[in-house]
Amino acid sequence: MSVTLIINGTRREYEGDPNTPLLWVIREDVGLTGTKYGCGIAQCGACTVHVDGRPLRSCSAPVSAVADRPVTTIEGLSSRAAKAVQKAWVDLDVVQCGYCQSGQIMSATALLEQKPKPSDTDIDHAMAGNICRCATYQRIRAAIHAASAQLAG
Amino acid sequence: MASSVQVRLLSALLAVTSASFAFAQDLRAPEAFSSITNPAERSRALFTEAGRVLQHPRCLNCHPVSDRPLQGNDSHPHSPLVVRGADDKGATGMRCTTCHQAANFEPSGVPGHPLWHVAPATMAWQTKSLGQICAQIKDPSRNGGKNLAAIHEHMAHDSLVGWAWMPGGNRVPAPGTQAQLGALIAAWIESGAACPAS
Repeated sequence: MSVTLIINGTRREYEGDPNTPLLWVIREDVGLTGTKYGCGIAQCGACTVHVDGRPLRSCSAPVSAVADRPVTTIEGLSSRAAKAVQKAWVDLDVVQCGYCQSGQIMSATALLEQKPKPSDTDIDHAMAGNICRCATYQRIRAAIHAASAQLAG
Repeated sequence: MASSVQVRLLSALLAVTSASFAFAQDLRAPEAFSSITNPAERSRALFTEAGRVLQHPRCLNCHPVSDRPLQGNDSHPHSPLVVRGADDKGATGMRCTTCHQAANFEPSGVPGHPLWHVAPATMAWQTKSLGQICAQIKDPSRNGGKNLAAIHEHMAHDSLVGWAWMPGGNRVPAPGTQAQLGALIAAWIESGAACPAS
């Protein structure tokens, strides 16, 4: 059975097992390796992508679940909120080892697209599923506030 | 060093333990309570039997007393941290559907259902006695405006309730079947819908 994928605006057909985790398809078949494998059990958030503009853990969804739905990976982020997040991430030098950061940026961008002026609690709740072993959490929160200020300016 | 016999015995013990772990317990049918002649007593006994489902982790975990659901056979706090949000389906940016899809997904072990959400705060069962849960279930101001017929419909036919008997992974199913729960609730209503004292 073929699954029609729309990844970063490009339509393609996936001919493999429809129960394959979306993350595997993105990395192994499509070749977009910015989305990371972390835990494989939806605990760490490294594999976060957007589906219909909302965050989704791609390790925990069958590829069939996103048939004919727009999927955005870190390589395809281009919204105004995404650009504000990327600038804030650079300005505040958020990244340490960097492995989790594509997932962090995907979650932060989705939050700001829906809630441009989030409180600390909003940020904590939206980002709770994205783990950073370098513990850059304080810089992540500060960068989200900085991106929010950019969006308001 | 363990002998091969000891290893085989240990393996057999582990196999039996894991099989028991996943085995759904039985639920007694309404007929088992027909010898109780006092209708109110019979009604309380029927609800107490149904309570084995209502207070099972598969049901209790998503009827939390706080904004945070529970998970697992030991009902530990949900990990990662999630909160019910304004619509009981998560916070902005961290919705139930961020991780839970339309069906259980065995590769990641994450359970799923199209209607995945936590019960409203007024329907919290965690930490409540069975008598308190019973009173809450009957109270339209706390049960979403349901009458007893609607309560029966929810217990007997709601597909998210039905997930409790096919939870996937190593999650222990609720006792019996959804049809047996429906029969118990129907008999409880028919006998006067009396609540246990505690």
